[in-house]
Amino acid sequence: MAMEKRARFRSAWLPYALVLPQIAVTLVFFFWPAAETLYYSVLLQDAFASKIQFVWLDNFVTLFEDPHYLSSFKVTAVFSALVAVAGLAVSLLLAVFADRVLRGASAYKTLLIWPYAVAPAVAGVLWLFMLSPSVGILTYALRSLGIDWNYYVNGGQALLLICVAAVWKQISYNFLFFLAGLQSIPTSLIEAAAIDGAGPVRRFWTIVFPLLSPTAFFLLVVNIVYAFFDTFAIVDSTTQGGPAQATQILVFKIYQDGVQALDLGGSAAQSVVLMLIVIALTVVQFRWVERKVQY
Amino acid sequence: MRKLLSTAAVVAALAVTAGPAAAQVEIQWWHSMAGKLGDKVTEIADKFNASQKDYKVVAVYKGQYDESLTAAIAAYRAGKPPQIVQVFEVGTATMMAAHGAVMPVYKLMAEANEKFDPKAYLPAVTSYYSDTLGNLLSMPFNSSTQVLYINKDAFKKAGLDPEKAPATWPELVQDAEKLKAAGVPCAFTTGWQSWVQLESFSAWHNVPFATLQNGFGGPGTRLEFNGPVQVMHIQNLADMAKKGLFIYAGRKDEPTGKFQSGDCAMETTSSGSYANIKATAKFEFGVAPLPYYPSVKGAPQNTIIGGATLWVMTQKDPKVYKGIARFFTFLSSPEIQLDWHKSTGYVPITLAAYEMAKKEGLYNERPGFDTAIMELTHKAPTPNSKGLRLGNFVQIRNVIDEELEAAWSGQKTAKAALDDAVQRGNDLLDKFQKANK
Repeated sequence: MAMEKRARFRSAWLPYALVLPQIAVTLVFFFWPAAETLYYSVLLQDAFASKIQFVWLDNFVTLFEDPHYLSSFKVTAVFSALVAVAGLAVSLLLAVFADRVLRGASAYKTLLIWPYAVAPAVAGVLWLFMLSPSVGILTYALRSLGIDWNYYVNGGQALLLICVAAVWKQISYNFLFFLAGLQSIPTSLIEAAAIDGAGPVRRFWTIVFPLLSPTAFFLLVVNIVYAFFDTFAIVDSTTQGGPAQATQILVFKIYQDGVQALDLGGSAAQSVVLMLIVIALTVVQFRWVERKVQY
Repeated sequence: MRKLLSTAAVVAALAVTAGPAAAQVEIQWWHSMAGKLGDKVTEIADKFNASQKDYKVVAVYKGQYDESLTAAIAAYRAGKPPQIVQVFEVGTATMMAAHGAVMPVYKLMAEANEKFDPKAYLPAVTSYYSDTLGNLLSMPFNSSTQVLYINKDAFKKAGLDPEKAPATWPELVQDAEKLKAAGVPCAFTTGWQSWVQLESFSAWHNVPFATLQNGFGGPGTRLEFNGPVQVMHIQNLADMAKKGLFIYAGRKDEPTGKFQSGDCAMETTSSGSYANIKATAKFEFGVAPLPYYPSVKGAPQNTIIGGATLWVMTQKDPKVYKGIARFFTFLSSPEIQLDWHKSTGYVPITLAAYEMAKKEGLYNERPGFDTAIMELTHKAPTPNSKGLRLGNFVQIRNVIDEELEAAWSGQKTAKAALDDAVQRGNDLLDKFQKANK
């Protein structure tokens, strides 16, 4: 099989020294805050830390008794499912098209990759300006078609807005990976199937898609994590969780309760719960979905 | 070239050695005044720095009110708090409950031997920020209240008298219907819905928002804004929304954009938006007091303030307190207050500044500019209209915003929405009281 290449370090400390900066960063910026959050989630404290009481799991109990927290779960589930499915489907479609195109291929690929460079907050503001009920260009267009676009009142429209903004941003990332995946499929396989008489749709589902499954699985995991965490900026710049919590995803509620309302115990408890959910989702994906992946 | 280099070297050497002999004590002032307001704040700090040499006020824009409060708390926890932080009115209970973190203003001024008379300030402002003994805890700076802006051009189009803004809510509904009939897309909207339509509304009609004098009486307060007057009003607005007379456009300041663009003909929002509206509106606009219900006895009473005050955080080195006290004296001088009032639309905090403005004829030049201060001083405050002091108020406002949105979209009746808001809000109050026992 492949030759095993191992770098041999003569010195005993050099490898550790080289890895140390990265480990230090991970410890300081990931593990330390996580540990503090776990600690805060069992405390009840005022904003200035002048009174700290240890309250065991009271914060968690309060959370799960709050029907609005539970409805936040539902919103997050719906939102993540929509973003992951729409994101993967649209970018797969675009990748398949871009793969077949001969003329101007690099132009299409470049344009399709640009949105990835846009920061989530900027993406949110872009869509905010286009679809703002007060001053948005698309709002005027929709109004002329007879559609009353006001996502301040209509929860479904608000959810649609953040889905569109979130998916738009993620399409480029997915597109890149799918395109690379498509290009690594040997054309001989596809030609053989074509000679045997398989139409393009059949070819896609029986040959291309199974060979793309490692890429698709990887992107599924990444997209779900993206929908849970990185979409915070989009919600913050457009709907702020409204109207009436229609777009209050879990990660945004953490920000609202922790930073805006200074309820540190409650928001730390929510952070812990969110972390456990995403870990569980990732584990589930690796155990069950990966079985279907054909390497 | 050589001459230039050597001159430069001499200048550099001088600059390095000619630093202040006595180190200037720096006063960090964290604020949330963006745009033109921020420029004005920096101007005030520069004026103070130019007027004396011992202290240097450095104004730093730290983001919006909630962001800068979080930053100040984080800095305090790290042992490096700023000297002055501008905190919005809903953060008052949080600041007051912070034992040891805050240096009350009355104490600061007394210890620094600075002349300070709380009676020189507007009673509506001092009552909000004083403790139960009447001691002023934070320095008033930018206070606003709610007013009704009307688009005079739209009124003319609808055949209404542009000089006669609706004084009561029934009149407003009638005017809205005429505006809609004349083709105005949005007859009425409101900014800061919780602040305008519930908090100040309750004060304006002399009904309680919460028990224990709206929280001034001490801990253990509970919400009461689901009373018959408030339910009637919210249901009224919800009915207007259903008929397309009231277009809801956001929880904070977003609706002002709709008024400025001419979309909405009437808007109730902060008097502080005056400056922006004047700069951007391409039509004639008018300013009027908040409407009221003539059927409610005692209305109109007085409105409550919004905006922020300056809190002093405890410092390890007490040397800086004297500088802060001198800065506060400077800030409260009638000239500075008048200039701030003229440029921004915030009310003049001191009675002296108000008198100066009147004498100058400012309110003849700008009709309606004194609406805010007239509403605040309309009658002496009652226990229902001194202001609000509630813990976890930011979260409570979020809850109120969510429930009101459910009422506007017709998902809930006004009574159900307000009842739910009171119940959820009381849970939050309970949590705050437990954490601050």
